[in-house]
Amino acid sequence: MYSMSIVVEAILTGMLTGSVYALVALGLTLVYGVLHIINFSHGAMLAAAMFAVLMLNQVFGLDPYVQIPILVPVLFVAGYAIQRFIIGPGSHGKDENILMITLGISIVIENVLLAIFRSDIRSINTDYSFNVFEVGPFIFSQARVFGLIGSVVTAVVLWIFLARSDTGKAIRAVSKEKLGASLVGINVNHVYATTFGIGFACLAIAACLLLPTFYVNPSIGGTFVLVAFTVVVLGGMGSIVGAMMGGLIIGVVESLSGLFLGESLGQIGIFLTFIAVLLFRPAGLFGAKA
Amino acid sequence: MKLKNYLSIIVVVALLAILPMMLQSNVVLNFLIYILIVTLGAQGWNLLGGMAGQNSFGHAAFFGAGAYAISMWQINLGLSAWSGFVVAIAVGALVGWIVRFLSFRAGLRGSYFALVTLAFAEVLRVLANSAQFTGGASGRLLPIETGVQHLQFADRTYFYWFALAMVAIGLVIVRWISLTRFGAHMIAVRENEDAARALGIDVLRTKLRAITISAAMTAVSGCLYVQYFLYIDPTLVFGPKISIEVLLASMVGGLGTVFGPLVGTTALHVLGEAAKLFAGEIPGIDLAVYGCVLIAAICFLPRGLLSLWPTRSASKKAQQPAVETQP
Repeated sequence: MYSMSIVVEAILTGMLTGSVYALVALGLTLVYGVLHIINFSHGAMLAAAMFAVLMLNQVFGLDPYVQIPILVPVLFVAGYAIQRFIIGPGSHGKDENILMITLGISIVIENVLLAIFRSDIRSINTDYSFNVFEVGPFIFSQARVFGLIGSVVTAVVLWIFLARSDTGKAIRAVSKEKLGASLVGINVNHVYATTFGIGFACLAIAACLLLPTFYVNPSIGGTFVLVAFTVVVLGGMGSIVGAMMGGLIIGVVESLSGLFLGESLGQIGIFLTFIAVLLFRPAGLFGAKA
Repeated sequence: MKLKNYLSIIVVVALLAILPMMLQSNVVLNFLIYILIVTLGAQGWNLLGGMAGQNSFGHAAFFGAGAYAISMWQINLGLSAWSGFVVAIAVGALVGWIVRFLSFRAGLRGSYFALVTLAFAEVLRVLANSAQFTGGASGRLLPIETGVQHLQFADRTYFYWFALAMVAIGLVIVRWISLTRFGAHMIAVRENEDAARALGIDVLRTKLRAITISAAMTAVSGCLYVQYFLYIDPTLVFGPKISIEVLLASMVGGLGTVFGPLVGTTALHVLGEAAKLFAGEIPGIDLAVYGCVLIAAICFLPRGLLSLWPTRSASKKAQQPAVETQP
């Protein structure tokens, strides 16, 4: 057995990693809550955003955190356009088709990245990548602490945006009652596309927060996509609070199963949680009845 | 069993059977064998996804289960390939049954089911990666012993015919099922589960049978893959590429149709090879093309390539059990 302090440290580190999972899941759960579709291209888009961060860093020497205001609008527009011009018209109004189109988009993104960047694993070395905070007996990576702060701030901003702004109110109206919303003059297609754009914008922030400590390669999206789905399903589809809590829990699950089962079996904890949640509590911990 | 229902299958298979005699190139034969292997897996997917309407993102779970069963049977137990073949079918069917039993008991439908199959495939991949007897991430080589009793053929043409025979059996099974009551049950479940239940169809049982047959067919294609390439590793057989290929082939060829998987697989691989020829050996270029084809197919050709077949009259179309109804 491991000593208590190692286990506690694993839990805390897991929560730091989990906060970024939560951020990735935030975009996914928002899109699900409004459009009632599972956006399968979420992971691939994260990989694309991470490569964008990498390139901007290598070509212009921009720090990942400085890139947040640049990448957020870019990904918002990309998401808006994809929903408005590809998924919306292409799905013929059927949910299975939406799932298949997003799968197609993820295949295209992943393999275009593979064709351009090859399957090498890349990372950014910032001067603070290896800096740590020492709190009592525990050591935390600075970049991961920034990740936690960034995720929480994003979640709060998103929460306020949905609660207060007109667009946010329109999004909530469409998620509750699509037909009713369109009857009071809300442009449903515009709201759908905006939501999709916000979902992708969350990925831009996640990519900037991830890269100081994570590596990137074209297939990294596949790793994240199942993790993010697990988080969303665990927290309850469409619930922002659920996504945050689910992210932290999954981070801890991954960290602990890595500790106890070894590195190669570590991921299995996530998948088993995923299967178990789907089987026994498909509505999630915080969700309404699915 | 009326012969005329199977006439088209006999003609297509006969034409495919004489194809290698007109070929000199081993490369082309290789390409055709790979198409046949994927076609068989896609037929399995199509039975579940196309006819019963249960989209799976993780058919690699069954493909890999069959592939690992037959290779471990030979490598670790030293038993014959043919008995391994039977065992592999049983293992594939069993894995399918378990996945379905668990997910249907929980009432998973649509996207949730797609995701849970993906998770099962990933669990199996991680397990095969870390277990000792599977050879872990570096995989295992099958011993080379040519001869019919070892299910390995010195001449590729024989393997081609063997794979074709399996595809032919698959075609006959799918056609036969589409004419039975069970086939009608599957389509009823696909179109409207609640209405099907109201009519007295046992939905759970229909889905369980569909996935068991589907998984068994995909397991056979896994067996063929291993027996042909004589090498197995977790990413190869449990990885997402296989799941995507079989799904794409059915979607592009024509969901729920008998020949859809064959047409779809051929079209995709010809396109993939053309892309490689055109763009050079860039990794991932064929899959990028497949992705574009998938999106284009859903947007512009939701009933697949087979819906372009010109001679089919409108009344015949109505009889086709698998034709999608446009919303």
